[in-house]
Amino acid sequence: MSTLKLDLENYKELLKEYIRTKDEQALYQAEQFSKHSMQHNISPEEIINIHVQALQEIYPEMPSDIQASMNFLLETMISYGLAYQEHQALREKQLELKSELSVAANMQKTLLSTVKPDFDGIDIGAISVPAKQMNGDYHHFVQDQEGSLGIAVADVIGKGVPAALCMSMIKYSMDSFPHKRMEPSVILESLNRVVERNVDSSMFITMFYGLYNSDDHKFYYSSAGHEPGFYYHHKDEKFSELDAPGLVLGVTPDAEYRQYVQTVEPGDMIIMLTDGVTECRQGDRFIEPEEVLEILEKHMHLPAQQMVEQVYKHFEKLQDFQLRDDFTLIVIRREV
Amino acid sequence: MDFQSCVNIKKEWDIVGARQLGRDIAKKIGFGTVDQARIATAISELARNIYLYAGDGKVCFEAIEDMNKRGLSIIAIDDGPGIEELSQVMEDGFSTSGGLGAGLPGVKRLMDEFDIVSEQGQGTEIKVVKWLR
Repeated sequence: MSTLKLDLENYKELLKEYIRTKDEQALYQAEQFSKHSMQHNISPEEIINIHVQALQEIYPEMPSDIQASMNFLLETMISYGLAYQEHQALREKQLELKSELSVAANMQKTLLSTVKPDFDGIDIGAISVPAKQMNGDYHHFVQDQEGSLGIAVADVIGKGVPAALCMSMIKYSMDSFPHKRMEPSVILESLNRVVERNVDSSMFITMFYGLYNSDDHKFYYSSAGHEPGFYYHHKDEKFSELDAPGLVLGVTPDAEYRQYVQTVEPGDMIIMLTDGVTECRQGDRFIEPEEVLEILEKHMHLPAQQMVEQVYKHFEKLQDFQLRDDFTLIVIRREV
Repeated sequence: MDFQSCVNIKKEWDIVGARQLGRDIAKKIGFGTVDQARIATAISELARNIYLYAGDGKVCFEAIEDMNKRGLSIIAIDDGPGIEELSQVMEDGFSTSGGLGAGLPGVKRLMDEFDIVSEQGQGTEIKVVKWLR
Protein backbone atom coordinates (compact mmCIF):
# COMPACT_ATOMS: atom_id res chain seq x y z
CA MET A 1 0.00 0.00 0.00
CA SER A 2 2.76 2.42 0.92
CA THR A 3 4.56 1.93 -2.41
CA LEU A 4 1.34 2.66 -4.25
CA LYS A 5 0.96 5.91 -2.33
CA LEU A 6 4.52 6.77 -3.12
CA ASP A 7 3.71 6.13 -6.74
CA LEU A 8 0.69 8.40 -6.53
CA GLU A 9 2.92 11.23 -5.28
CA ASN A 10 5.36 10.45 -8.04
CA TYR A 11 2.63 10.27 -10.67
CA LYS A 12 1.12 13.55 -9.53
CA GLU A 13 4.48 15.28 -9.83
CA LEU A 14 5.09 13.81 -13.27
CA LEU A 15 1.64 14.83 -14.45
CA LYS A 16 2.06 18.36 -13.11
CA GLU A 17 5.45 18.61 -14.75
CA TYR A 18 4.08 17.47 -18.08
CA ILE A 19 1.07 19.77 -18.01
CA ARG A 20 3.43 22.68 -17.27
CA THR A 21 6.19 21.93 -19.78
CA LYS A 22 4.60 19.57 -22.37
CA ASP A 23 8.05 18.22 -22.51
CA GLU A 24 9.37 14.87 -23.78
CA GLN A 25 11.35 14.30 -20.60
CA ALA A 26 8.12 13.93 -18.58
CA LEU A 27 6.67 11.59 -21.20
CA TYR A 28 9.77 9.44 -21.00
CA GLN A 29 9.25 9.24 -17.26
CA ALA A 30 5.64 8.25 -17.84
CA GLU A 31 6.93 5.37 -19.91
CA GLN A 32 9.22 4.36 -17.05
CA PHE A 33 6.28 4.61 -14.68
CA SER A 34 4.26 2.29 -16.87
CA LYS A 35 7.05 -0.31 -17.02
CA HIS A 36 7.58 -0.09 -13.30
CA SER A 37 3.85 -0.61 -12.75
CA MET A 38 3.83 -3.70 -14.92
CA GLN A 39 6.74 -5.14 -12.96
CA HIS A 40 4.63 -4.74 -9.84
CA ASN A 41 1.52 -6.25 -11.43
CA ILE A 42 -0.42 -3.02 -11.29
CA SER A 43 -3.38 -3.25 -13.65
CA PRO A 44 -4.63 -0.46 -15.93
CA GLU A 45 -7.64 0.43 -13.80
CA GLU A 46 -5.33 1.21 -10.89
CA ILE A 47 -3.32 3.59 -13.05
CA ILE A 48 -6.50 5.33 -14.07
CA ASN A 49 -7.46 5.56 -10.44
CA ILE A 50 -4.11 7.17 -9.66
CA HIS A 51 -4.64 9.55 -12.56
CA VAL A 52 -8.07 10.56 -11.27
CA GLN A 53 -6.75 11.11 -7.76
CA ALA A 54 -3.87 13.18 -9.08
CA LEU A 55 -6.24 15.27 -11.21
CA GLN A 56 -8.46 15.88 -8.19
CA GLU A 57 -5.48 17.13 -6.24
CA ILE A 58 -4.18 19.33 -9.02
CA TYR A 59 -7.63 20.64 -9.98
CA PRO A 60 -9.83 20.64 -6.88
CA GLU A 61 -12.43 22.53 -8.94
CA MET A 62 -12.64 19.83 -11.62
CA PRO A 63 -16.24 19.69 -12.98
CA SER A 64 -18.11 16.68 -11.65
CA ASP A 65 -19.04 15.61 -15.21
CA ILE A 66 -15.36 15.20 -16.01
CA GLN A 67 -14.90 13.22 -12.85
CA ALA A 68 -17.84 10.99 -13.76
CA SER A 69 -16.31 10.42 -17.17
CA MET A 70 -13.16 9.20 -15.44
CA ASN A 71 -15.15 6.58 -13.56
CA PHE A 72 -16.59 5.53 -16.87
CA LEU A 73 -13.09 5.08 -18.28
CA LEU A 74 -12.02 3.15 -15.20
CA GLU A 75 -14.94 0.76 -15.60
CA THR A 76 -14.02 0.03 -19.22
CA MET A 77 -10.47 -0.85 -18.20
CA ILE A 78 -11.41 -3.57 -15.71
CA SER A 79 -11.60 -6.29 -18.37
CA TYR A 80 -8.27 -5.25 -19.81
CA GLY A 81 -6.79 -5.55 -16.35
CA LEU A 82 -8.18 -9.05 -16.06
CA ALA A 83 -6.84 -10.01 -19.47
CA TYR A 84 -3.44 -8.71 -18.39
CA GLN A 85 -3.48 -10.81 -15.23
CA GLU A 86 -4.58 -13.84 -17.18
CA HIS A 87 -1.75 -13.25 -19.61
CA GLN A 88 0.73 -13.16 -16.73
CA ALA A 89 -0.65 -16.42 -15.33
CA LEU A 90 -0.51 -18.10 -18.74
CA ARG A 91 3.04 -16.92 -19.21
CA GLU A 92 4.08 -18.48 -15.95
CA LYS A 93 2.37 -21.67 -16.99
CA GLN A 94 4.22 -21.60 -20.29
CA LEU A 95 7.56 -21.27 -18.53
CA GLU A 96 6.62 -24.22 -16.37
CA LEU A 97 5.77 -26.31 -19.44
CA LYS A 98 9.00 -25.29 -21.09
CA SER A 99 11.10 -26.43 -18.18
CA GLU A 100 9.13 -29.69 -17.95
CA LEU A 101 9.80 -30.22 -21.61
CA SER A 102 13.49 -29.68 -21.24
CA VAL A 103 13.56 -32.26 -18.45
CA ALA A 104 11.73 -34.63 -20.78
CA ALA A 105 14.18 -33.87 -23.59
CA ASN A 106 17.11 -34.71 -21.33
CA MET A 107 15.40 -37.89 -20.28
CA GLN A 108 14.88 -38.80 -23.91
CA LYS A 109 18.54 -38.20 -24.61
CA THR A 110 19.46 -40.66 -21.88
CA LEU A 111 16.84 -43.18 -22.95
CA LEU A 112 17.76 -43.16 -26.61
CA SER A 113 21.48 -42.78 -26.20
CA THR A 114 23.55 -45.15 -28.28
CA VAL A 115 27.26 -45.72 -28.24
CA LYS A 116 29.13 -45.53 -31.49
CA PRO A 117 31.08 -48.79 -31.51
CA ASP A 118 34.75 -49.17 -32.38
CA PHE A 119 35.32 -51.60 -35.20
CA ASP A 120 38.61 -52.63 -36.69
CA GLY A 121 38.81 -51.48 -40.26
CA ILE A 122 35.57 -49.50 -40.20
CA ASP A 123 35.29 -45.78 -39.58
CA ILE A 124 31.93 -44.65 -38.24
CA GLY A 125 30.48 -41.15 -37.94
CA ALA A 126 27.04 -40.26 -36.57
CA ILE A 127 25.15 -37.06 -35.79
CA SER A 128 21.53 -36.48 -34.79
CA VAL A 129 20.17 -33.03 -34.00
CA PRO A 130 16.52 -32.30 -33.13
CA ALA A 131 14.73 -29.34 -34.74
CA LYS A 132 12.76 -28.72 -31.56
CA GLN A 133 13.49 -29.83 -28.04
CA MET A 134 12.46 -33.43 -28.56
CA ASN A 135 14.02 -35.56 -31.29
CA GLY A 136 11.72 -37.50 -33.62
CA ASP A 137 14.69 -39.13 -35.32
CA TYR A 138 16.36 -42.15 -33.87
CA HIS A 139 19.49 -44.08 -34.62
CA HIS A 140 20.95 -47.02 -32.85
CA PHE A 141 24.05 -49.20 -33.09
CA VAL A 142 23.99 -52.87 -32.08
CA GLN A 143 27.08 -54.98 -31.96
CA ASP A 144 26.67 -58.73 -31.80
CA GLN A 145 29.04 -61.45 -30.62
CA GLU A 146 29.70 -62.65 -34.13
CA GLY A 147 31.36 -59.43 -35.20
CA SER A 148 28.49 -57.74 -36.97
CA LEU A 149 27.29 -54.21 -36.60
CA GLY A 150 23.57 -53.43 -36.79
CA ILE A 151 22.56 -49.86 -37.56
CA ALA A 152 19.02 -48.53 -37.34
CA VAL A 153 17.89 -45.10 -38.54
CA ALA A 154 14.27 -44.16 -38.02
CA ASP A 155 12.04 -41.15 -38.41
CA VAL A 156 8.59 -40.58 -36.97
CA ILE A 157 6.43 -38.57 -39.32
CA GLY A 158 5.57 -35.68 -37.05
CA LYS A 159 7.71 -33.88 -34.56
CA GLY A 160 7.83 -33.00 -30.91
CA VAL A 161 6.52 -34.90 -27.92
CA PRO A 162 4.30 -37.51 -29.65
CA ALA A 163 7.13 -38.44 -32.00
CA ALA A 164 9.53 -38.71 -29.08
CA LEU A 165 7.20 -40.97 -27.11
CA CYS A 166 6.87 -43.17 -30.15
CA MET A 167 10.63 -43.43 -30.52
CA SER A 168 11.10 -44.55 -26.94
CA MET A 169 8.77 -47.44 -27.68
CA ILE A 170 10.74 -48.43 -30.78
CA LYS A 171 13.96 -48.36 -28.83
CA TYR A 172 12.61 -50.66 -26.12
CA SER A 173 11.19 -53.11 -28.62
CA MET A 174 14.58 -53.32 -30.28
CA ASP A 175 16.28 -53.84 -26.94
CA SER A 176 14.00 -56.76 -26.24
CA PHE A 177 15.03 -58.60 -29.41
CA PRO A 178 17.41 -61.55 -28.90
CA HIS A 179 21.05 -60.60 -28.91
CA LYS A 180 22.12 -62.99 -31.58
CA ARG A 181 22.50 -61.83 -35.12
CA MET A 182 19.22 -60.80 -36.73
CA GLU A 183 18.59 -60.13 -40.35
CA PRO A 184 17.35 -56.61 -41.25
CA SER A 185 14.19 -57.98 -42.86
CA VAL A 186 13.31 -59.96 -39.73
CA ILE A 187 13.90 -56.95 -37.49
CA LEU A 188 11.66 -54.73 -39.59
CA GLU A 189 8.94 -57.37 -39.70
CA SER A 190 8.97 -57.72 -35.91
CA LEU A 191 8.99 -53.97 -35.36
CA ASN A 192 6.17 -53.58 -37.84
CA ARG A 193 3.99 -55.85 -35.69
CA VAL A 194 4.86 -53.89 -32.54
CA VAL A 195 4.05 -50.56 -34.17
CA GLU A 196 0.87 -51.86 -35.76
CA ARG A 197 -0.39 -53.05 -32.38
CA ASN A 198 0.68 -50.10 -30.24
CA VAL A 199 0.71 -46.90 -32.22
CA ASP A 200 -2.14 -44.76 -33.38
CA SER A 201 -2.78 -45.24 -37.10
CA SER A 202 -2.23 -41.56 -37.80
CA MET A 203 1.41 -41.92 -36.85
CA PHE A 204 3.94 -43.28 -39.31
CA ILE A 205 7.41 -44.52 -38.63
CA THR A 206 9.99 -45.17 -41.31
CA MET A 207 13.15 -47.13 -40.68
CA PHE A 208 16.27 -48.15 -42.51
CA TYR A 209 18.06 -51.10 -40.99
CA GLY A 210 21.51 -52.24 -42.05
CA LEU A 211 23.76 -55.05 -40.90
CA TYR A 212 27.47 -54.86 -41.60
CA ASN A 213 29.34 -58.13 -41.43
CA SER A 214 32.95 -57.30 -40.71
CA ASP A 215 34.15 -60.81 -41.62
CA ASP A 216 33.19 -60.82 -45.27
CA HIS A 217 32.43 -57.08 -45.59
CA LYS A 218 28.92 -57.56 -46.79
CA PHE A 219 26.24 -55.00 -45.97
CA TYR A 220 22.67 -56.31 -45.69
CA TYR A 221 19.84 -53.81 -45.59
CA SER A 222 16.07 -53.39 -45.65
CA SER A 223 13.92 -50.34 -45.48
CA ALA A 224 10.43 -49.57 -44.24
CA GLY A 225 9.55 -46.59 -46.40
CA HIS A 226 12.61 -44.72 -45.19
CA GLU A 227 14.52 -42.00 -47.02
CA PRO A 228 16.99 -43.87 -49.28
CA GLY A 229 20.61 -43.71 -48.23
CA PHE A 230 23.64 -43.42 -50.50
CA TYR A 231 26.49 -45.71 -51.33
CA TYR A 232 29.87 -44.42 -52.43
CA HIS A 233 31.93 -46.63 -54.75
CA HIS A 234 35.53 -45.76 -54.06
CA LYS A 235 36.86 -47.41 -57.22
CA ASP A 236 34.54 -45.54 -59.62
CA GLU A 237 34.34 -42.43 -57.42
CA LYS A 238 30.57 -42.53 -57.81
CA PHE A 239 27.50 -42.37 -55.59
CA SER A 240 24.49 -44.60 -56.01
CA GLU A 241 21.22 -44.69 -54.11
CA LEU A 242 20.70 -47.29 -51.39
CA ASP A 243 17.01 -47.82 -51.88
CA ALA A 244 15.05 -50.79 -50.65
CA PRO A 245 11.34 -50.36 -51.32
CA GLY A 246 9.15 -51.35 -48.35
CA LEU A 247 6.01 -50.25 -46.53
CA VAL A 248 6.27 -47.79 -43.60
CA LEU A 249 5.94 -49.45 -40.19
CA GLY A 250 2.52 -50.07 -38.69
CA VAL A 251 0.29 -50.00 -41.76
CA THR A 252 -0.59 -53.70 -41.94
CA PRO A 253 0.28 -56.42 -39.45
CA ASP A 254 1.86 -58.79 -41.98
CA ALA A 255 4.11 -56.54 -44.04
CA GLU A 256 7.18 -58.24 -45.47
CA TYR A 257 10.49 -56.58 -46.16
CA ARG A 258 12.92 -57.54 -48.86
CA GLN A 259 16.56 -57.67 -47.94
CA TYR A 260 19.34 -56.43 -50.18
CA VAL A 261 23.05 -56.99 -50.02
CA GLN A 262 26.03 -54.93 -51.07
CA THR A 263 29.66 -56.01 -50.95
CA VAL A 264 31.74 -53.28 -49.40
CA GLU A 265 35.15 -52.72 -51.02
CA PRO A 266 37.95 -50.83 -49.27
CA GLY A 267 37.26 -47.08 -49.33
CA ASP A 268 33.55 -47.59 -49.99
CA MET A 269 31.07 -45.65 -47.88
CA ILE A 270 27.54 -46.27 -46.63
CA ILE A 271 25.50 -43.13 -45.91
CA MET A 272 22.29 -43.37 -43.94
CA LEU A 273 20.15 -40.35 -43.21
CA THR A 274 16.71 -38.93 -42.51
CA ASP A 275 14.67 -36.53 -44.62
CA GLY A 276 15.90 -33.69 -42.40
CA VAL A 277 19.06 -33.90 -44.50
CA THR A 278 17.60 -34.30 -47.97
CA GLU A 279 14.73 -31.89 -47.41
CA CYS A 280 16.82 -29.01 -46.19
CA ARG A 281 15.47 -25.72 -47.33
CA GLN A 282 17.21 -22.57 -48.32
CA GLY A 283 14.55 -19.93 -47.91
CA ASP A 284 11.54 -21.41 -49.72
CA ARG A 285 13.60 -23.63 -51.98
CA PHE A 286 14.18 -27.30 -51.25
CA ILE A 287 17.75 -28.27 -52.02
CA GLU A 288 18.40 -30.66 -54.90
CA PRO A 289 19.56 -34.21 -54.16
CA GLU A 290 22.79 -33.48 -56.08
CA GLU A 291 23.59 -30.76 -53.58
CA VAL A 292 23.59 -33.29 -50.74
CA LEU A 293 26.02 -35.45 -52.69
CA GLU A 294 28.20 -32.46 -53.49
CA ILE A 295 28.47 -31.56 -49.83
CA LEU A 296 29.17 -35.16 -48.86
CA GLU A 297 31.88 -35.34 -51.50
CA LYS A 298 33.39 -32.08 -50.37
CA HIS A 299 33.98 -33.40 -46.85
CA MET A 300 34.76 -36.98 -47.78
CA HIS A 301 38.46 -36.66 -47.13
CA LEU A 302 37.81 -36.20 -43.39
CA PRO A 303 37.45 -38.98 -40.80
CA ALA A 304 33.80 -40.13 -40.69
CA GLN A 305 32.84 -38.31 -37.48
CA GLN A 306 34.34 -35.01 -38.63
CA MET A 307 32.72 -35.50 -41.99
CA VAL A 308 29.15 -35.79 -40.60
CA GLU A 309 29.76 -32.82 -38.30
CA GLN A 310 30.98 -30.64 -41.16
CA VAL A 311 28.06 -31.65 -43.36
CA TYR A 312 25.68 -30.79 -40.55
CA LYS A 313 27.36 -27.42 -40.05
CA HIS A 314 26.96 -26.68 -43.72
CA PHE A 315 23.22 -27.37 -43.77
CA GLU A 316 22.67 -25.64 -40.46
CA LYS A 317 24.18 -22.50 -41.89
CA LEU A 318 22.27 -22.90 -45.14
CA GLN A 319 19.03 -22.84 -43.11
CA ASP A 320 20.04 -19.81 -41.06
CA PHE A 321 20.63 -21.97 -37.98
CA GLN A 322 16.94 -22.86 -37.77
CA LEU A 323 16.41 -26.55 -38.46
CA ARG A 324 12.94 -27.30 -39.82
CA ASP A 325 13.21 -31.01 -39.29
CA ASP A 326 15.27 -33.34 -37.14
CA PHE A 327 18.60 -34.06 -38.80
CA THR A 328 20.34 -37.45 -38.64
CA LEU A 329 23.33 -38.53 -40.69
CA ILE A 330 25.43 -41.67 -40.35
CA VAL A 331 28.53 -42.53 -42.37
CA ILE A 332 30.21 -45.95 -42.35
CA ARG A 333 33.42 -46.30 -44.28
CA ARG A 334 35.52 -49.33 -44.86
CA GLU A 335 39.05 -48.21 -44.37
CA VAL A 336 41.50 -48.60 -47.23
CA MET B 1 -26.54 -3.77 7.28
CA ASP B 2 -26.55 -7.49 8.10
CA PHE B 3 -29.59 -8.19 5.97
CA GLN B 4 -29.42 -10.08 2.74
CA SER B 5 -30.76 -8.67 -0.52
CA CYS B 6 -31.18 -10.57 -3.74
CA VAL B 7 -31.80 -9.85 -7.40
CA ASN B 8 -33.52 -12.47 -9.54
CA ILE B 9 -31.84 -13.10 -12.86
CA LYS B 10 -34.13 -13.98 -15.75
CA LYS B 11 -33.53 -11.35 -18.39
CA GLU B 12 -30.34 -9.72 -19.54
CA TRP B 13 -31.60 -6.48 -18.01
CA ASP B 14 -31.47 -8.10 -14.57
CA ILE B 15 -27.67 -8.18 -14.83
CA VAL B 16 -27.71 -4.37 -14.66
CA GLY B 17 -30.04 -4.51 -11.66
CA ALA B 18 -27.66 -6.87 -9.86
CA ARG B 19 -24.69 -4.64 -10.63
CA GLN B 20 -26.54 -1.58 -9.35
CA LEU B 21 -27.58 -3.17 -6.07
CA GLY B 22 -24.14 -4.71 -5.55
CA ARG B 23 -22.40 -1.40 -6.21
CA ASP B 24 -24.72 0.48 -3.84
CA ILE B 25 -24.01 -1.98 -1.04
CA ALA B 26 -20.27 -1.92 -1.79
CA LYS B 27 -20.29 1.88 -1.65
CA LYS B 28 -22.10 1.81 1.70
CA ILE B 29 -19.56 -0.61 3.11
CA GLY B 30 -16.86 1.85 2.07
CA PHE B 31 -15.20 0.32 -1.00
CA GLY B 32 -13.29 2.75 -3.24
CA THR B 33 -13.92 3.39 -6.92
CA VAL B 34 -11.57 0.71 -8.25
CA ASP B 35 -12.93 -2.00 -5.96
CA GLN B 36 -16.50 -0.95 -6.75
CA ALA B 37 -15.75 -1.39 -10.44
CA ARG B 38 -14.15 -4.79 -9.79
CA ILE B 39 -17.09 -5.96 -7.69
CA ALA B 40 -19.53 -4.79 -10.38
CA THR B 41 -17.58 -6.69 -13.04
CA ALA B 42 -17.61 -9.85 -10.92
CA ILE B 43 -21.36 -9.49 -10.42
CA SER B 44 -21.83 -9.08 -14.19
CA GLU B 45 -19.91 -12.24 -14.82
CA LEU B 46 -21.84 -14.29 -12.24
CA ALA B 47 -25.21 -12.93 -13.35
CA ARG B 48 -24.41 -13.41 -17.02
CA ASN B 49 -23.49 -17.05 -16.40
CA ILE B 50 -26.93 -17.56 -14.83
CA TYR B 51 -28.65 -15.74 -17.67
CA LEU B 52 -26.75 -17.64 -20.40
CA TYR B 53 -26.45 -21.16 -19.01
CA ALA B 54 -29.12 -21.62 -16.34
CA GLY B 55 -31.80 -19.22 -17.55
CA ASP B 56 -33.07 -18.60 -14.02
CA GLY B 57 -31.41 -17.89 -10.72
CA LYS B 58 -30.48 -15.15 -8.28
CA VAL B 59 -27.57 -13.14 -6.98
CA CYS B 60 -27.60 -12.25 -3.28
CA PHE B 61 -25.52 -9.69 -1.40
CA GLU B 62 -24.59 -9.47 2.23
CA ALA B 63 -22.42 -7.06 4.18
CA ILE B 64 -20.27 -9.22 6.42
CA GLU B 65 -17.91 -8.78 9.33
CA ASP B 66 -15.17 -11.10 10.49
CA MET B 67 -12.87 -10.29 13.43
CA ASN B 68 -12.11 -6.69 12.59
CA LYS B 69 -12.58 -6.92 8.82
CA ARG B 70 -15.60 -5.80 6.91
CA GLY B 71 -16.53 -7.07 3.51
CA LEU B 72 -19.12 -7.96 0.93
CA SER B 73 -20.29 -11.47 0.26
CA ILE B 74 -22.00 -12.35 -3.01
CA ILE B 75 -23.79 -15.62 -3.66
CA ALA B 76 -24.99 -16.64 -7.12
CA ILE B 77 -27.42 -19.57 -7.17
CA ASP B 78 -29.17 -21.31 -10.03
CA ASP B 79 -30.99 -24.59 -10.73
CA GLY B 80 -29.46 -24.92 -14.17
CA PRO B 81 -27.69 -27.90 -15.71
CA GLY B 82 -24.63 -27.53 -13.46
CA ILE B 83 -21.03 -27.63 -14.56
CA GLU B 84 -19.57 -30.96 -15.52
CA GLU B 85 -15.89 -30.09 -15.72
CA LEU B 86 -15.21 -27.68 -12.89
CA SER B 87 -11.46 -27.83 -13.32
CA GLN B 88 -11.93 -26.92 -16.96
CA VAL B 89 -14.04 -23.81 -16.40
CA MET B 90 -11.59 -22.69 -13.72
CA GLU B 91 -8.71 -22.92 -16.15
CA ASP B 92 -7.27 -19.74 -17.61
CA GLY B 93 -7.97 -19.25 -21.26
CA PHE B 94 -10.79 -21.80 -21.37
CA SER B 95 -13.89 -19.61 -21.37
CA THR B 96 -12.13 -16.47 -22.50
CA SER B 97 -10.82 -17.92 -25.72
CA GLY B 98 -14.12 -17.21 -27.44
CA GLY B 99 -14.13 -13.65 -26.18
CA LEU B 100 -16.89 -14.40 -23.68
CA GLY B 101 -15.40 -12.24 -20.97
CA ALA B 102 -13.44 -12.78 -17.81
CA GLY B 103 -14.96 -16.15 -17.01
CA LEU B 104 -14.84 -17.70 -13.56
CA PRO B 105 -11.04 -17.36 -13.23
CA GLY B 106 -11.59 -13.64 -13.77
CA VAL B 107 -14.19 -13.54 -10.99
CA LYS B 108 -11.73 -15.31 -8.73
CA ARG B 109 -9.09 -12.69 -9.49
CA LEU B 110 -11.46 -9.77 -8.92
CA MET B 111 -12.50 -11.04 -5.49
CA ASP B 112 -10.61 -12.22 -2.41
CA GLU B 113 -12.44 -15.49 -1.75
CA PHE B 114 -14.08 -17.86 -4.17
CA ASP B 115 -16.04 -21.04 -3.62
CA ILE B 116 -18.07 -23.07 -6.09
CA VAL B 117 -20.39 -26.03 -5.65
CA SER B 118 -21.92 -27.58 -8.73
CA GLU B 119 -23.66 -30.88 -9.37
CA GLN B 120 -24.69 -31.99 -12.78
CA GLY B 121 -28.43 -31.50 -13.11
CA GLN B 122 -28.67 -29.79 -9.73
CA GLY B 123 -27.46 -26.32 -10.45
CA THR B 124 -24.55 -24.23 -9.31
CA GLU B 125 -23.78 -22.12 -6.27
CA ILE B 126 -20.88 -19.70 -6.32
CA LYS B 127 -19.90 -17.70 -3.25
CA VAL B 128 -17.39 -14.88 -3.43
CA VAL B 129 -16.14 -12.38 -0.86
CA LYS B 130 -14.32 -9.09 -1.14
CA TRP B 131 -12.74 -7.65 1.98
CA LEU B 132 -12.39 -3.97 2.67
CA ARG B 133 -8.74 -2.98 2.97
